[in-house]
Amino acid sequence: MLKVFTTTGKYVMLMKRVFTRPQKRVIFTNQLLTEINNLGVDSLGIVAFISMFMGAVVAIQTAYNIDNPLIPMSMVGFTTRQSIILEFSPTVISLILAGKVGSRIASEIGTMRVTEQIDALEIMGVNSANYLIFPKIIASILINPVLIIFSMWLGILGGWIAMTASGLVSTNDFVRGIRVDFEGYTIFYALTKTVVFAFIISSVSGFFGYETKGGALEVGQASTKAVVFSSVIIILFNLILTQLLLT
Amino acid sequence: MIEARNIEKSFGGHHVLKNASCLFEKGKTNLIIGQSGSGKTVLMKCLVGLFEVDKGKIFYDDRDFTTMNFEQRKTLRREIGMLFQGGALFDSMNVEQNVMFPLNMFTTKSLKEKQERVNFVLHRVNLENVNSLMPSELSGGMRKRVAIARAIAMNPQYLFCDEPNSGLDPQTSGVIDHLIREITQEYNITTIVNTHDMNSVLSIGDRVVFILNGELWWKGNMETILHTDNPELNKFVFGTELTSRLKQ
Ligand SMILES: Nc1ncnc2c1ncn2[C@@H]1O[C@H](COP(=O)(O)OP(=O)(O)OP(=O)(O)O)[C@@H](O)[C@H]1O
Ligand SMILES: [Mg+2]
Repeated sequence: MLKVFTTTGKYVMLMKRVFTRPQKRVIFTNQLLTEINNLGVDSLGIVAFISMFMGAVVAIQTAYNIDNPLIPMSMVGFTTRQSIILEFSPTVISLILAGKVGSRIASEIGTMRVTEQIDALEIMGVNSANYLIFPKIIASILINPVLIIFSMWLGILGGWIAMTASGLVSTNDFVRGIRVDFEGYTIFYALTKTVVFAFIISSVSGFFGYETKGGALEVGQASTKAVVFSSVIIILFNLILTQLLLT
Repeated sequence: MIEARNIEKSFGGHHVLKNASCLFEKGKTNLIIGQSGSGKTVLMKCLVGLFEVDKGKIFYDDRDFTTMNFEQRKTLRREIGMLFQGGALFDSMNVEQNVMFPLNMFTTKSLKEKQERVNFVLHRVNLENVNSLMPSELSGGMRKRVAIARAIAMNPQYLFCDEPNSGLDPQTSGVIDHLIREITQEYNITTIVNTHDMNSVLSIGDRVVFILNGELWWKGNMETILHTDNPELNKFVFGTELTSRLKQ
């Protein structure tokens, strides 16, 4: 228990050093663009793949479970939309990103720690925490919402393709369902979660990478810790944010 | 000139540096020698502030380093160049970007001026046409030289080298040693070198301090070290087959 407090304390101290003004604006902008590419654009493929298939599965399951003739088939479109926007895209895709992006951040920074590259930065008079972690946090906060919106579109598209291809639900019914009772607030809720999760993934992974001590073995451990802890924290915050925003 | 006064450092219960006082002179290569685990790296990291000392004071030409805050240290560190044991080159950047890094960070020079400076320091360490290579494409000796080039790019007043020739063949070690000494004299830098290589001691040891289990045990230079009657130092100096036979 004590360890939880000291680790949290260390994390907060590190974030204080991270959130300072970057030494040079041009350098920061360049880093930001690189990170948007590394952390965001590189994840498009996996996000697209998972979203399409999950969208299809959600739609198929819903369609097969409707056996009451009183329930209109447009219900499938509605349910697919709600599950994808409220939970699947923001939470599940964020968990996938915690695995992909989190391990990448932790191992990159951890390697820099154990090969003394972080010490080299410090000796030059660079605030290494800010230089290494800040661009990653900002990049994640900017790019993850884009990824999640992309995932929502593809998830619903996947559902539609599955329905029309299998002939379970007509395009007309599906699209009508998607339009029923649409509230903009659900998008706001989803994107708020996304931004919080993006911060959790990048800062927690940055923390475990930065605190690495030892050698290659510890870098591997740091990256595992980064993924496990960001996932657990995401799940906890998912509950907290849902309580706060939807009730 | 860098001065350490009565510094102490321990990790948990492990007392690594014990009341170490030492003066490192300007324009000289000051060597710290000692067995593996004797505390050389810890001493060097304390001097540059990568470790906080528990007690004692450190002065950079009369500027008290121990009482400086984070910002003041950052400013002072622009006058420091450091060569790490493994080189510590940024592996996401090529040679030119590595050497240019401090210039990009702390100067407002134009790209052309920076490139000139990069080529100048690379030339200084005898490296040509390697600008676009990545660190993973370099040999150990080349990495060390690129790291030296990066360390001197900003014209430092103080140069720290942690085992500059560990893992290198004797000839390349010699080249690197002499490079360090030349640069020190040419720019009148205060240079501190950690080593356990007796070749380095005898060829560049303007000043030598010997540490034993975290205590400063002996001071001298490359001449006096061969004629000392200090038993622990003798054991260190003449510890190898080659040197002990030569002594006989
Ligand atoms: N970060 C640390 N935490 C705890 N103990 C440490 C730490 N760094 C060094 N030590 C201990 O301090 C002692 C001195 O280590 P140091 O790295 O200074 O040796 P060294 O003289 O540089 O040896 P080498 O020639 O092998 O590099 C060792 O016993 C080591 O275990
Ligand atoms: Mg050492």
